[in-house]
Amino acid sequence: MTKTTSPLAFVDSFDDERTGLPGIDLPWLKTLRRDGIERFKGLGMPTPKLEAWKYTRLKPLEDTSFQPVTDEDGMAALDHVPSLLPDPGGRPRLVFVNGRMRPNFWIEGDLPDGVHLDCLRDVLLRAPDWAESYIGSLTGEDAAALVQLNTAMMDTGFALRVDPGVIVETPIEVVYIGGLTDRPVAYFPRNLIVLGEGAQATVVKHHVGMGVGAYFANAVTEIDIAQGARLNHYEVQAESRDATHLGAVNVRVAKDATYDSFTLSIGGRLSRNEVSVRLEGQGAHAGVNGAYLMRGSEHCDNTTRIEHLAPNTSCREIFKGVLDDQSRAVFQGRIVVNREAQGTDGHQLCKTLLLSTGAEIDAKPELEIYADDVKCSHGATTGQIDETALFYLRSRGIPEALARNLLVQSFLGEALEEIADENIREAFTNKVLHWLPAACFLSEEWRDA
Amino acid sequence: MLEIKNLHVSVEGSEILKGLDLTVDPGEIHAIMGPNGSGKSTLSHVIAGRDGYEITGGRIIFQGEALTGMEPEERAAKGIFLAFQYPVEIPGVANTTFLKEALNSIRRYRGEDELDAMQFVKMMRKKTEELNISDDMLKRAVNVGFSGGEKKRNEILQMAVLNPSLAILDETDSGLDIDALKIVAEGVNKLRSPDRSMLVITHYQRLLDYIIPDKVHVLAHGKIQRTGGKELALELEEKGYAEFDEAAA
Repeated sequence: MTKTTSPLAFVDSFDDERTGLPGIDLPWLKTLRRDGIERFKGLGMPTPKLEAWKYTRLKPLEDTSFQPVTDEDGMAALDHVPSLLPDPGGRPRLVFVNGRMRPNFWIEGDLPDGVHLDCLRDVLLRAPDWAESYIGSLTGEDAAALVQLNTAMMDTGFALRVDPGVIVETPIEVVYIGGLTDRPVAYFPRNLIVLGEGAQATVVKHHVGMGVGAYFANAVTEIDIAQGARLNHYEVQAESRDATHLGAVNVRVAKDATYDSFTLSIGGRLSRNEVSVRLEGQGAHAGVNGAYLMRGSEHCDNTTRIEHLAPNTSCREIFKGVLDDQSRAVFQGRIVVNREAQGTDGHQLCKTLLLSTGAEIDAKPELEIYADDVKCSHGATTGQIDETALFYLRSRGIPEALARNLLVQSFLGEALEEIADENIREAFTNKVLHWLPAACFLSEEWRDA
Repeated sequence: MLEIKNLHVSVEGSEILKGLDLTVDPGEIHAIMGPNGSGKSTLSHVIAGRDGYEITGGRIIFQGEALTGMEPEERAAKGIFLAFQYPVEIPGVANTTFLKEALNSIRRYRGEDELDAMQFVKMMRKKTEELNISDDMLKRAVNVGFSGGEKKRNEILQMAVLNPSLAILDETDSGLDIDALKIVAEGVNKLRSPDRSMLVITHYQRLLDYIIPDKVHVLAHGKIQRTGGKELALELEEKGYAEFDEAAA
């Protein structure tokens, strides 16, 4: 039996001509991949010596030797697609299994003219020049190690391009299914979302584990939102309990444009969502919100960086977490206000509810302000279930387990309210309700609250 | 209905109730009056089953059954209701959802069929009309943004919906102006019934101008010091509780 100490042994034998890699015949991409692997090797896997990785250790990954996915892994039998939204109907939906797009589950949907939705492989075939101008444009050459790794290894992903002025009413769902293999695999989605001036779209990403084995997903999403455009970007991370999910989202928001996001983390042994938003034009707005619900020995890290680079930009950041058993969470929220960004309005809040004495949260809000005329608030709190409220509910006949559920739901409500789209808010609330212990007590009306 | 015998209760090691006796018959309204710190709230919480109260002696018998060791939800299902002095706000949970969960939990416990959405709405409409409460209060989150008077009316509404055999009103008058007090008392009076007993806990006599008790007890230093008719409340209003302080000193 051979034992390896590097979790991603195949990185050492990196091969940019490996069969199955998208865009292998594109010279610029080959260069990009080679640069990526060189930089990754130079930086190495992040360790707690780095300030940004002080609370999240990747060391446990070393016990597993991950292999790149093959076409065969991507063809794993699937009897249903775990859509977040009920009845896809005419809703566009892309489905990936272990990083391979499954055409038979693809619903093109009734997208208006001027909307281009493709998987990465196809976009590299059909619009290589367009892809070249965006891939890596937001992450930059000095990106962190895991982004470099993704740049080198990108083997899947999607690209959404919405032409100027086009408004997409229906949410576009992208489902990434992991697991369903007989050995630990790794895959590397690279996603692009580009909205033209005044365009609007809603993208819902669902990362979901269906098997039982370990796998490693390292995703990077680059988002460019032009003047006056709006992107609603919602994500559920429900990877299986042995999975590792390391995701990075890099966003550029132009004048009067809006980036509005919500990330719900309810799975994965180890997960990290790193969001970096640059508010580059006057009046740009970012909503970076989320909730994390962890149990067992799960670990979830939300690390965000919102940079105000132009006057009168605003951000709102609400994260709420519920931690049970021995689970751990990390919240690192940095808001940077540049000298030019006068009139910035920023609000950040991170609240965590600990359901067990063994659970732990490390919360680190950071404000870096270089302008004078700025309104910025932040807060981080940690608490337990309010015993008086619990007694109040129980004294009305509500059994303890159900009473606790109601209080957890009540606690998370403040974050879930940030989801502007009603259907998606309901779908996410539903996910939360089914995460809760004693979900068997649930009655439909809870959702009305 | 309720029989308390020689009840001793400690909170964090200090004894609050020191041998309390009390008997309430069906349909009766008893007022418990007493100075601050006399153990009034302890009594109400211990009957409702709140954690943190240690019964070191005596017992509480409700409809022939000892309550000791019973969970609060079980007591509620058996017909005990506590109207809180400070009703708790629960953001994000609609009042109507809360009430339906409570009612159906109790019905489940009793082996009765749960009410479906239609039946529940119909029942609620009847209750709100009887008590003159607007629908708006049902849609809002439990007690969130309610005025003091609205919170207390909401307690009375919950009582009407859950239909307990023993209702304990813990300082229901606190924080209410006279108009709000009258409205709440009116609600309570509508819920008087030969099958329902009430325990009205108050520091002041004025609530008893509107909710006329059958008996008045004075609780001081952890014991019932005196029992009388409704005129005892007036006497206390005049003389205060000084007499009982001296008695214990």
